[in-house]
Parts: sequence; C-alpha cells; structure tokens
Amino acid sequence: MSQGLVILGATSKMAQEVARLAAKEGREMLLVARNEERLEAVAGDLMSRGASRVESIACDLADAANHEALWASIEQRMPGFSSVLLAYGTLGDQQRAEQSVAYTLRELNTNFTSAASLLSYAAAALERKKGGVLAVITSVAGDRARRSNYVYGSAKGALTLFVQGLRARLFVSGVRVLTIKPGPVDTPMIAHMKKGLLTASPKTVAATIYREMEDGKAEVIYVPAYWRAIMAVVRAIPESVGKKLKF
Amino acid sequence: MVHPIADTSYKSWGNYPQAAHRKILRPAWMDEITAKLLTENAPLLAYGLGRSYGDSCLNDGGTLMDIRGLDRILHFDAEHGSIVCEAGVSLGDILLTVLPRGWFLPVTPGTKIVTLAGAIANDVHGKNHHVEGTIGCHVEQFALMRSGGEVVCSRDENAELFAATIGGLGLTGIILWAELRLKKIASAQIEMDSIAFSSFDDFIRLSSDEEGAKYEYTVGWVDCLSGRKTRGIFMRGNHATEGKLQTHPEKIKLSVPFMLPGFTLNPLTIWAFNNLYYAMGRARAGHSQVHYDPFFYPLDKVGEWNRIYGRDGFTQYQCVVPENEVMAFQEILERIARGGQGSFLGVIKKFGSVRSPGMMSFPRPGLTLALDFPFRGEKTLKLFAELDEVVAAANGALYPAKDPRMSPRMFRLSYPRLAEFRRYVDPSLSSSFWRRVAEEKA
Repeated sequence: MSQGLVILGATSKMAQEVARLAAKEGREMLLVARNEERLEAVAGDLMSRGASRVESIACDLADAANHEALWASIEQRMPGFSSVLLAYGTLGDQQRAEQSVAYTLRELNTNFTSAASLLSYAAAALERKKGGVLAVITSVAGDRARRSNYVYGSAKGALTLFVQGLRARLFVSGVRVLTIKPGPVDTPMIAHMKKGLLTASPKTVAATIYREMEDGKAEVIYVPAYWRAIMAVVRAIPESVGKKLKF
Repeated sequence: MVHPIADTSYKSWGNYPQAAHRKILRPAWMDEITAKLLTENAPLLAYGLGRSYGDSCLNDGGTLMDIRGLDRILHFDAEHGSIVCEAGVSLGDILLTVLPRGWFLPVTPGTKIVTLAGAIANDVHGKNHHVEGTIGCHVEQFALMRSGGEVVCSRDENAELFAATIGGLGLTGIILWAELRLKKIASAQIEMDSIAFSSFDDFIRLSSDEEGAKYEYTVGWVDCLSGRKTRGIFMRGNHATEGKLQTHPEKIKLSVPFMLPGFTLNPLTIWAFNNLYYAMGRARAGHSQVHYDPFFYPLDKVGEWNRIYGRDGFTQYQCVVPENEVMAFQEILERIARGGQGSFLGVIKKFGSVRSPGMMSFPRPGLTLALDFPFRGEKTLKLFAELDEVVAAANGALYPAKDPRMSPRMFRLSYPRLAEFRRYVDPSLSSSFWRRVAEEKA
C-alpha cells in the first residue's frame, strides 16, 4: 500500500520519525498539528527526504469544534488517503491535575475526548472507502492506572478501549485498526525525566510502528515488544497491593 | 551552600578533560531557542555530536544546549545542489538525503558523525582542502540566535558576524539553521591510488600543486613508530565518473560497548593502518575503486571507538606549519620517539591556498600533521608543551577542535585575528576551552 498517509499530531517526535520512513518510500502525506511554523519545518524535512507530496493543515486538534471543518479539508486536499495515524497527546503534570479539576478535564480532553472525536470522523471516512489502516498511539500507561500518572493513564486507557471498539466496528468494512502502546520513548515529552534502561529511541519505535502499519497483521502492539510482558505483570498486581505502590 | 545537580554525561571525544554541567537544555524546535533562553542560561554553549576532542565542546559549571533535536532538513534543492538544515543535522544524514540525487558534501572531515553547526563552528576541512578549502567556503548563510535576538548572516548580510562564526567555536551565537552548497557527483565510488613514501620530501612531491590539481582528495598516513625513518602511505582519489549512487549503511553494526581498561597501545589506529596496508597490497598496482564510506570514514564503522582508550581518555595533537618548515615535523616525530609515549599513526595533509571566510579558521597554506595519543597526564602535557615550542618556532598553529591543553600564548600565536574575534563573542556564551585560552585577565 502506498497511498496517502494522514498524520494527526504530526509534530510529535514519534510521528516525525514514522513520517520520515514514509517519505523515504516516496509517499504522499497530509500533516495536521497546531503550530504552523513547526509544521512547515516538518513538511520541508519530509519533502527533502523523498516524500512525493506533503500537505499541511494547522489546527488545534484538542478543540473538537474544529474537527468537522478539518475533515472536510483533509478529504478535499488528499482524497486518496488510505492510512490515518493519530499521534498526539500530552503527558501532563499529575500534581497539577490533583490540584485543579479544570486542568484534569483539559488533559482528559486532549488525550481522550478530542481523539475520540477525530477518530469518529476518520472511522467514517475509512468505512466509506472500505479499506485502509487506522493506527492510534495510546500508551502502556493506559493498561493500568498508577499513582504517579493516572490522569494521563486513564485517558490513554479510555482511548485504548475506544479504539478496540472501532476495530470491531470497522473490520467488517475491511479497515484495519491498530492500537500502538509505546513504553517511555526518548522524546521531548519526557525530556525532564531521568531516562532509564527501558527508554526506547524514537527511531526504533517508529520503525516498528511503520512496519506494522504497512505490512503487519497485529491488532495491538507494544513498542518495544517487551512491554507486553511487563504490563502483563503490572496488570496482575492485585488492587490491595497496587494501591500501595508509589510508581 | 546549595550544590546544584551536575550532569557529567556530556563528554568530549577524547574523554579528557571531563566537565560537570549545571543544566542541560534539549530544544526540539528552533522557536524554543530565544534570546531570553540565552541570557537566562549564561554561560551557555551548544553541543552537537561531541566529536571535538578536547574541551571546546564542554562548558564546565555552565549550561549545555544539546542541539541534536534540531535534526530537520528544511529544504533540499536537488536541481541546483543546495541544502538548508537545522543546526543538529549530521553530515551523514545530509549524505543519506543528497547522495541518491547525485550530490555530495563539498568538504568532509574524517567522520560523518558531526553536526552541520559543529562543522561550521570548527570550520572543518578534509582531504580536498587544496582544491575546495574548508566547509566555511561552501556555507551560503545561516541564522544565529544571540543575546540580542536573531541575526541572519551571509557574505553580504552581517558579513563580519558570518566571518566570526565560521571557526568561531560556537561563541558568536547559537546556529539555528544553515545553508550549504553541495558538490555534483556521478557515483558513490572513489577512484583511489595508494603510494608508499619514505620521506617528507617524497610526501611533498606527491602533494605538489601540479600533482594535487589532478586529485581532488589527497592525504598521507605516517607511521610514527619508525623513529628517524619516515614511512607512510599517500592516498589520493577522485569521485568515479560513473557508477551507482548507493548510500552508506544507516546502522553501525560494530560498537565498543563500554570503556575498555586503559591500554598502552591504541590498537584501533594500528588496525586502521594495517587495513590500509592491506588495501594497498590488494590494489597491487596501487589503484582501486572504493565506496566513499571506507574512503572518507574508516573509523565510523566502529561505534564509539574512542572507548578503546579507557577512562583516562586520549587526545590528538594537530598543528599546521608553512611548507618550508616541514622539518618541524621531523623534529616533532623525533621528540615523540624520544619521549617514548609513541603516537603510532599520524595523518599528514597539504593545505591549499583557498581562503576560508572564517576569522578563526585553522587551515592555512602549509602542511598539517595530526597525531593520536592516549592521555597519560603530566607526561603527555609535558611532551605537548615541547611540541608547542617546535610549532611556535615554525610559525605554526594549533587546532582548537582537537585540543584539551594549549596555552593562551599558543592560542594567540595561532590566531592573529583573536582581538577582532572577541568583539563578536556573545556575552551569554562561553566554553571550557574559551575560558582556558582566551579570557582576558581582569
């Protein structure tokens, strides 16, 4: 498959690395992100690296009021798209969330509600096309809520469930839905955190994501793959113990 | 007193000296680098891929700005051969992008694992200095963030700042992006000759202007173990006129996983030298065709090869002397042999007369010699101080990119435009090197 790729949240580090792999194959892409100047830099990079065409649309994806017009413009600028990658999200500040309900709701909106809105449009579009790939980056943090980041985790967990539902809806139309659960990746999102042995490089993670989007059969992937085993253990911890864990 | 958390993970290529940084900034976008960020984090220095050997890429006690997140190629004009890159794009990455379309770096150092901004800040040179000059000769323009705001510099616009920044060791501003002119090529292969030589006179004959004009790339490897007797291999080459435009492998397969215990030898350079002999033997008639990757970057094949020198680190001594002072090299090799701490392999190259716009550019007409040494503390420092006297007497100069120890006096002697350069140093920027060699006494 080598038709258009739509990337929602195209200025995220992971999305940029995925897009570079697509550029190398000469694909055409439509990028959406909030910051116009940054989008322009990414678009230039992808064109330089071999993309056949790059369109970009500056749009605040966290605001669902923009989504209907955005989809109309995507359909108009790249009607032949066949894959959609949703790659945006914010790690947020857990402590701040605990002190501000408004902030908590804003984080939930960015990481879940707005994504659910966009995915609804994307799902309808791919359903009409009767094919294609819908890939969504959630997180291992969505597999179990933790003391240190449950606001982010619960939003990503909800997103994971929403995507699972879309998979059941879309498979009858021949649309493949891929849930991507990265562990910590060395991106600006975690620049302030101490990087451990389990921190993966964006390039490695992107290579797995792109390969899986293009030729894979999996429905849910953990990147790197060892996170599947780690999260199986983490999920198995009983609540009575889990509630006492600080991590 | 509050002890700030110090980061010691950023090192120079030689692992000597070490530095503890108060703060590390990791911008991912050019717009994050503002004048305010500079002034609030002074003294600040940009850090790229850390291939400077000494302390010109370190800022002990200050802030480092890791610019590797600025890795976007903003524009590639494949028709006219120019490329605009963010500061942290590596030369290797540029090659991967431009080579398939028939373009090559106009000038390349002995490693492609350097950032474009770092290459400009050190005004790097390569095997084609005698025809193309330094990389600064091929830079069209760049943007600098200074304490006073953003400035675009070229030969026509802010020309003095342009000249001060090329070879300016990162002290005149943070390079945000730069435009480089590329070289048209027809093949990724290099037609190469290797010729044994047995005296510096031989070497000079081989790299004479008439000979040099026929070969874009020339360099010599000198075996320094042979004491009084000079012997080495002269390599010369040109881009092949036809062939595939195949890029180098993206992944480094072989890597040194951790610091090895300090050895008394530097086996890797010996390995490289042996390989050269092997390559020469294989080429029989002295001629062969090789891919650009082993020709220009033989050591890039081994990731983090500097670790073979262990925790004590290593360093390089690179100087340039006028051509009529070549006997200084003989003297240097003899002193090294006498000191008994052998450098085993030296690289020698004749620079040409193409002038760089850089005010503080190291290459100048004459001959350059670069020697690797394991760092052995006082013993090494003492030897280098002796070599300095030889270089100074020959009106030579030293190369900051390779240096962990030159004296303020050697720096002054090496860079006659230093006083002029000072005017363009940004007040928020500094480096360990700069404080060591050039800070004016209060």
